[in-house]
Amino acid sequence: MDHTPAIAPAGQPLDDDGELTKLHPGYAHALRVRTTLTAIPFLIGALVLETAFLSEGLFPSGIIAGPVLVIALALIIRVPSTRYNARGYQISADRLRVVRGLLFRSDTVVPFGRVQHIDVHQGPLDRFFGIATLTLHTAGNHNASVSLPGLGEPLAREMREEIRAHIRRETV
Amino acid sequence: MSEPLRTAPVSVILGALGSLRSAIVPAIAIAFSGIGGGGRFLIAIGVGVAAAVIGTAFSYLGWRRLTYTIGETDIRVESGLFSRSARSVPYERIQDVSLEAKPLARMFGLVAVKFETGAGGGEDLTLEYLTDAEGERLRQLVRERRDDETAAEGADQGAPARTGEEEGDVLYALSPAKLVTFGLFEFSLAVFAVLGGALQYVDNVSDMDVWNVDLWYGWLKEQGSTVATLGPYAQAIGAIAGLFGLIVVGMVTGVVRTVLRDWGFTLTRSARGFRRQRGLLTRTDVVMPAHRVQGLVIGTGPVRYRFGWHRLSFVSLAQDAEGESHEVAPFAKMDEIAPIVAAAGFRLPDESTRWQRASKRQRTDKMMLDAAVFVILTIVAAVVAPPGLFLIPLGVAVLSVGANLYAWEFRRHALSDTQIFSTTGLMSPTSRIATRLKLHSVEIAQGPLARWRGYATVHLGLAGGSFAIPGVPLAEARKLRASILETIAATDYSRLDQAPAGQALSVDQSGFSPNRLAT
Repeated sequence: MDHTPAIAPAGQPLDDDGELTKLHPGYAHALRVRTTLTAIPFLIGALVLETAFLSEGLFPSGIIAGPVLVIALALIIRVPSTRYNARGYQISADRLRVVRGLLFRSDTVVPFGRVQHIDVHQGPLDRFFGIATLTLHTAGNHNASVSLPGLGEPLAREMREEIRAHIRRETV
Repeated sequence: MSEPLRTAPVSVILGALGSLRSAIVPAIAIAFSGIGGGGRFLIAIGVGVAAAVIGTAFSYLGWRRLTYTIGETDIRVESGLFSRSARSVPYERIQDVSLEAKPLARMFGLVAVKFETGAGGGEDLTLEYLTDAEGERLRQLVRERRDDETAAEGADQGAPARTGEEEGDVLYALSPAKLVTFGLFEFSLAVFAVLGGALQYVDNVSDMDVWNVDLWYGWLKEQGSTVATLGPYAQAIGAIAGLFGLIVVGMVTGVVRTVLRDWGFTLTRSARGFRRQRGLLTRTDVVMPAHRVQGLVIGTGPVRYRFGWHRLSFVSLAQDAEGESHEVAPFAKMDEIAPIVAAAGFRLPDESTRWQRASKRQRTDKMMLDAAVFVILTIVAAVVAPPGLFLIPLGVAVLSVGANLYAWEFRRHALSDTQIFSTTGLMSPTSRIATRLKLHSVEIAQGPLARWRGYATVHLGLAGGSFAIPGVPLAEARKLRASILETIAATDYSRLDQAPAGQALSVDQSGFSPNRLAT
């Protein structure tokens, strides 16, 4: 579904309240793996505490590691999918709109005419899931770089080419 | 033209003097400390001489090894004793060239030439020191080169590039009398911080233990017992006199600092842009191309605002030494500011401006949040503290509610066909004006509370500054963004500088015509 051509035909205006394009499903998995990796140190810490107190014999076993495990599982199962659902983008002939944030929503529009340079970045985890982050850099102090993570890697490259072509067209 | 040049030879002496100056303090410290017993004065003199010799040697080598080349498209500087570095700055990236003459350099007729590129982080290119004439020549040259390039790219440019020194009209100047008035408003107790620093220094180099509480306590007790014998009236008079003295010290500090910084402040408008000269001891001379001005900030202070004084600064990629926007009129009435604003191609809000207020829901939320802290304090005080004390935080809570309600009246924004205005502040209102065309992105941000209550903060991407409008109702924020984006998307970034620059030339020959304002 996310490999359908996302770039609207030229001339079609961007509707600010319109439907957002979803990110690559791999992004939800990548987020889940990242949350798991963050949770592991806490779990290890809890287990260490657990063993330390176990020798004392003060508490029944599992009183520290148990809640930590439950919270970690809840975060790993719930948060990535809600975060994935909260994110989205919209691209038109001359601008890109990026929406992100669960509690603190932000909704940014960057016109291609103001883009200074473009990055496509892929970390090791991103490569495994076949996704990439597209970053647009502007000259403004606020939003000096607007990044859109979780695009399918071919789509990210395609979008970069599209934006670059737009910049060149404008400049020449 | 393209052979490598050196800075003025006198720079060597200035560099040596600089290292000598930094050696004086340790030398004095050695002379007055216990190090070395009887021969310590000799050691001190030795340190001074060594510093002078080493400083001169390094200064000379540094001077020998630093060359600059005025190329066809860029300025190149090669420098470094052991590790060489070569830097190239293209003319088109130079935001402005400023000349700064520190007191010592000024005596030798030298200036430090700074090429501002807007790269940030103090990475600007500085040549220390060139002769006055060479600095001025370099500035002219950079300006001409850049204009040539602009002219080559913008084919529609009809007017020939002017050469030579343009004197331009004086837009704004600070007379000595006005400067003193300005200084009175710049009330500052910084002198006490300096005194504190000096005390710390005395503490470090002498045996006197400044931070020993007992020493001061003893002294105070002595003074206190003297005061206590004077009776209540004398004590009150003493307190008032002390307060009065503090105010006088603060005002004198303000006047001295202001006079040092802003003596002979003149802002002139020439064909190429704005030129600002100021300073009594350290004289600076900055040129700002008009089309590089991204936005304006009109600020004021709580007291001076009551007398109708304001401060105008230009937001651009280049910044003053303190990392702030360029101040172009530090102390002016609105009717003095208006012509400067017009010359920069901006328009002040007038009667036809349709102001929009922030959302009333945001006012209520902000009021409740701000007051909540004091209400909690009140409850805590009522439970824990002696009776009656809870009235203080309660009073503050009521005050904060009142201030928030009243401040809302002053928080507003407006969108004209080319610009965006925003005003905030109850005691000292600050206005920001930005050209819609020169914005880089628009963001609508909402916290959890704002989402629930349906308002948002609009952040605008402004080069060299920030521009945020809080508490805009969501529907209006979307409308605002749509119309700003319509303007931005119409012109590409690479045309931003050229279009107004080409127009600025024709405008300058026919006075300031209104169509200039539309760019």
